[in-house]
Amino acid sequence: MLTEEEKQEILEEVKLYPYPKVACLDALKIVQNHRGWVPDESIRDIGEFLGMPADEVDGIATFYSRIYRHPLGRHVILVCDSVSCMVMGYEPIYDHLSQKLGIRFGETTSDNRFTLLPISCLGDCDHAPAMMIDNDLYNRLTIEMLNELLEKYH
Amino acid sequence: MEIPLTKHIKQGAFPLTAREYEKTGGYKAIQKALKEMSPADLITLVKASNLLGRGGAGFPTGVKWSLVPTGKDAPKQRYLICNADEMEPGTFKDKYLIEGNPHQLIAGMIIAAYAIQADKAYIFLRWAYKKSEVILRKAIAEAYEAGYLGKNILGTGYELDIYLHTSAGRYMCGEETALINSLEGKRAIPRNKPPYPATSGLFGKPTVVNNVETLCYIPHIVENGAAWFKSLSVTGEGGTKLYGVSGKVKNPGLWELPLGTNMREIIEQYAGGMMDGHKFRGALPGGASTDFLVEEHMDAKLDFSSVAALGSRLGTGTMIILDDKTCPVAFIHNLERFFALESCGWCTPCREGLPWVEKLLQSIEEGRGKPENLNILKFHTSYLGPGNTFCAHAPGAMEPLQSGLKYFHDDFMRHINEKHCPWRS
Ligand SMILES: Cc1cc2nc3c(=O)[nH]c(=O)nc-3n(C[C@H](O)[C@H](O)[C@H](O)COP(=O)(O)O)c2cc1C
Ligand code: SF4
Repeated sequence: MLTEEEKQEILEEVKLYPYPKVACLDALKIVQNHRGWVPDESIRDIGEFLGMPADEVDGIATFYSRIYRHPLGRHVILVCDSVSCMVMGYEPIYDHLSQKLGIRFGETTSDNRFTLLPISCLGDCDHAPAMMIDNDLYNRLTIEMLNELLEKYH
Repeated sequence: MEIPLTKHIKQGAFPLTAREYEKTGGYKAIQKALKEMSPADLITLVKASNLLGRGGAGFPTGVKWSLVPTGKDAPKQRYLICNADEMEPGTFKDKYLIEGNPHQLIAGMIIAAYAIQADKAYIFLRWAYKKSEVILRKAIAEAYEAGYLGKNILGTGYELDIYLHTSAGRYMCGEETALINSLEGKRAIPRNKPPYPATSGLFGKPTVVNNVETLCYIPHIVENGAAWFKSLSVTGEGGTKLYGVSGKVKNPGLWELPLGTNMREIIEQYAGGMMDGHKFRGALPGGASTDFLVEEHMDAKLDFSSVAALGSRLGTGTMIILDDKTCPVAFIHNLERFFALESCGWCTPCREGLPWVEKLLQSIEEGRGKPENLNILKFHTSYLGPGNTFCAHAPGAMEPLQSGLKYFHDDFMRHINEKHCPWRS
């Protein structure tokens, strides 16, 4: 079930558009904002709420990299693996993170603290290598910096 | 040297507020455009300036605006969209303009929207640009408060609302028709052209999509004129351009320089030359989807037509440097993995071809390649080239591959003959 709050927020978006379906992507973002990810149940509920088939909603949800269809850890580490960061050495950064946390790309630590994901170019190429933790951007990364950075997130 | 776009940007400082921007003379162009000029005057002016779109394709902005139907039979509802998706790997110029001087962009959008008589405008912002989002929200609110947005702007009766849309993250959202689909809440798949967005875009209404850097130039052209704009460049194409460099140079960064500045000057003078112990091998002049330029092109003037004459594209003007300590096969493999992942899947050659290319490159990089693999790669560069796919994504992906196969053939062969990557011990 969508919560009253979620429904209200979705309706605010629907008002801006010529027809309700347009708010589908907004609705997915709203649900993800409240729940951290988008479960199957919400896909169905959004479909019913906006008058569209659940499969169409899922087709939209799975198209976008930043709509998550799996639960995540409390914090998400997004490591840029695009070309400028490759030249400047994202691989040692990833190896270190992966070893320290005991997880690879796409996995979550067993204490649910971190999920590790690749992301394409963060637009900080002149300060590569770069990564984001949740909404915070970090650049000119060195292995030495990483331990201290991770300590900020519990 | 004049640097209109970045004049008021101070690294590390907060951007100017609406009131501060007004004090520098900014927003004056809006007074002039809305009070003294007709939409047709503006289109004529921008046409005369020959401003070429800074989003990568270099399409003349004035011509794009003039394609929007006018007259009493034309649809009343029109839209302006600012393309701030900037997901091309190696590109970081629009972020600099947004975060450094958001009111310059808003001013440009107001004038552009007025020129095409749109009363709604969207900024389509890349997901990762969290700081840009905060800055833009604040700046838009200030512009409303100062009377530059909303109803009856500056008492002229003209009305405009700007909405900020943050992307859910996908490279294809930058392609203008895919962007429009995404704004309509759909998958970001491109649309068939024609009809072009200028006649049928967002919700089927006339729509102009322009890049951030393009829109930022509009107030300056209105204020200083077409002749002034033309006088800024080294070559005939007009204006300055944000040039960026990333990779193993001493001073990577971004500079506003006359359009047509040569590559050597940008790399050696502004980017400080290669880092000690690293040699230049090649550069993608305008982001991931442009052909390599190499040593022999060092004195090339970087404008749209000169770079095209060398078989590449100016693209976004942000260069990625390949040095001798980086494996060219790994470099190209990284690019093709990106393109394969970001293919929207709509048309078969791109959806099936790019993963094949990516796997072949991986096998070569890992020392499992065969000489005939190079023929398959070469075959793809023409079969995924212009005209064979539904949008420009696959042809763009083939640019660094086709030029890489040409300039770094020996490096590919070494991987195949030595059965391992010479760059990995
Ligand atoms: C795959 C693909 C991705 C694109 N990404 C962007 C982008 O992130 N930003 C942008 O301004 N243009 C991008 N473009 C170009 C746009 O389609 C469009 O040409 C541009 O926004 C027009 O703006 P301009 O006329 O001001 O240059 C992309 C094109 C393709 C084919
Ligand atoms: S070329 Fe690729 S990205 Fe473009 S429509 Fe075809 S599948 Fe989609």
